[in-house]
Amino acid sequence: MNASVISANRLDLTFQTNDGPVHALKDVSLDVAKGDFVSFIGPSGCGKTTFLRCMADLEHPTGGQITINGVRPEEARKARAYGYVFQAAGLYPWRTIGGNIRLPLEIMGYSKEDQAARVARVLELVELSGFEKKYPWQLSGGMQQRASIARALAFDADILLMDEPFGALDEIVRDHLNEQLLELWKRTEKTIAFVTHSIPEAVYLSTKIVVMSPRPGRITDVIDSPLPPDRPLDIRDTPEFLEVAHRVREGLRAGHLDD
Amino acid sequence: MRSFVPVLTVVTGIFAVWYLAAIWLNAPWAYDKATRSGEVLTLQTLIADTWSQDKPKLPAPHQVGIEIWETTVEKNITSKRSLIYHSWITLSATLLGFALGTGLGIALAIGIVYNRTMDMSVMPWVIASQTIPILALAPMIIVVLNAVGISGLLPKAMISMYLSFFPVVVGMVKGLRSPDAMQLDQMRTWNASPAQTFWRLRLPSSMPYLFTSLKVAMAASLVGAIVGELPTGAVAGLGARLLAGSYFGQTIQIWSALLMAAALAAALVSLVGLIQRITLKRMGMA
Ligand SMILES: Nc1ncnc2c1ncn2[C@@H]1O[C@H](COP(=O)(O)OP(=O)(O)O)[C@@H](O)[C@H]1O
Ligand SMILES: [Mg+2]
Repeated sequence: MNASVISANRLDLTFQTNDGPVHALKDVSLDVAKGDFVSFIGPSGCGKTTFLRCMADLEHPTGGQITINGVRPEEARKARAYGYVFQAAGLYPWRTIGGNIRLPLEIMGYSKEDQAARVARVLELVELSGFEKKYPWQLSGGMQQRASIARALAFDADILLMDEPFGALDEIVRDHLNEQLLELWKRTEKTIAFVTHSIPEAVYLSTKIVVMSPRPGRITDVIDSPLPPDRPLDIRDTPEFLEVAHRVREGLRAGHLDD
Repeated sequence: MRSFVPVLTVVTGIFAVWYLAAIWLNAPWAYDKATRSGEVLTLQTLIADTWSQDKPKLPAPHQVGIEIWETTVEKNITSKRSLIYHSWITLSATLLGFALGTGLGIALAIGIVYNRTMDMSVMPWVIASQTIPILALAPMIIVVLNAVGISGLLPKAMISMYLSFFPVVVGMVKGLRSPDAMQLDQMRTWNASPAQTFWRLRLPSSMPYLFTSLKVAMAASLVGAIVGELPTGAVAGLGARLLAGSYFGQTIQIWSALLMAAALAAALVSLVGLIQRITLKRMGMA
């Protein structure tokens, strides 16, 4: 019955800290279908990262249920069901770009030929062909982040979890990477969960936008985007786009007024 | 090249002080001798005497220099009077002890990082081990090992190991723990095994820490080997030269052995430094 790739049901997570409990997620329910591009948007501290980490089995909810591909996150992680892209590229300086992308493949025991073929394929996918033998320090921040996306795409995970992957980049690079990411999503048909705090980024990329608000972290609105899958950058000037952006902004403001 | 002038200034300063100190420390003996033979010393003859005594309190630099020249370049290296021969004896114990100490240090560090019980219990013992004066401990190690029939290189190497494992444990524990939470989480998302995380992340990340520790360990190892030669009445090695020199008041021999030990330490530490630079550069970490 469960066609959802990501399914959270009344998820709760309270961190016990020295300053007392922090209610990071409260009553969070969400269903993400296969092939969706979901963005999580909200002010900092609203639990976006925590939610994503719950999906990845890096954090353990204190209440409610969450399944990934119909199974517990731990099983999904062990089945290598998702690729996770952190805010920092986190490439190893002692490995080349190719070596960095090969890292998860080595860990997962892919054959040497398969590794080489996959590295070449994902490098092409993120437009970094020719950089395989370069070291991370020889690449710009944007290229490093693309390499880290390639690394998450290299193995057969049909879910991509991305935590503000472009947060540290300037807007021009960011626009370009957004276009590329959208292209990549269409070509690979992956399900993508994407954390951001940029409204245009969320609206431009997503088929589904999840608006969250803090203290306690919760979902205040879920918007199914009416925009077509084909999105040139200038779609951002269309009335439909501005309409969705407006609704996201309203959702964010509503979350704030509760304070 | 820019450091050449300051270095030269300092070296000149050291030599000046050394020569003056030699005059000051050796003058009483020169006066004694003069009084006994009824001579009168002028400033010139006094200085000449203090810089050329057989068993001076403090030999002048050129005396030490000549001694080193005579016992290195002019002696066959298999001769018991060759300083190279004695240096080699000490060097071999140093290197063996350094290898053993590095191995032990890394093994303990891995235990501490991966095993909770070891994490809680080992470090205090490691620190306690270094609070025991090595001069008190060295004779016991030598005597005990001799009693079980182990003599020669190994007992000295054990003392070197005892001194050199400490900086390696401390540095490697820090190094193996240097990957940040994000890097460890990343490994977790790939469901990497502890061994994979160790070989691919923790060990490479620890390299800068390891090399820093190895420099300290190398110097400590040399001290250990020399100290290990003192209590046994060893016949060979820089320690033996120091000891023999002090028995017979051969201060020139003591000083030449000391300088040789210092040169050896400098050479060994620079060698580790060179390997460090090459390795870290190749790893993109420097
Ligand atoms: N490991 C942790 N321990 C304690 N509190 C945490 C931890 N991780 C996150 N929090 C807290 O949980 C809340 C949500 O954090 P986070 O999910 O990082 O928010 P966001 O990614 O939306 O900025 C914040 O108040 C944060 O301080
Ligand atoms: Mg965050």
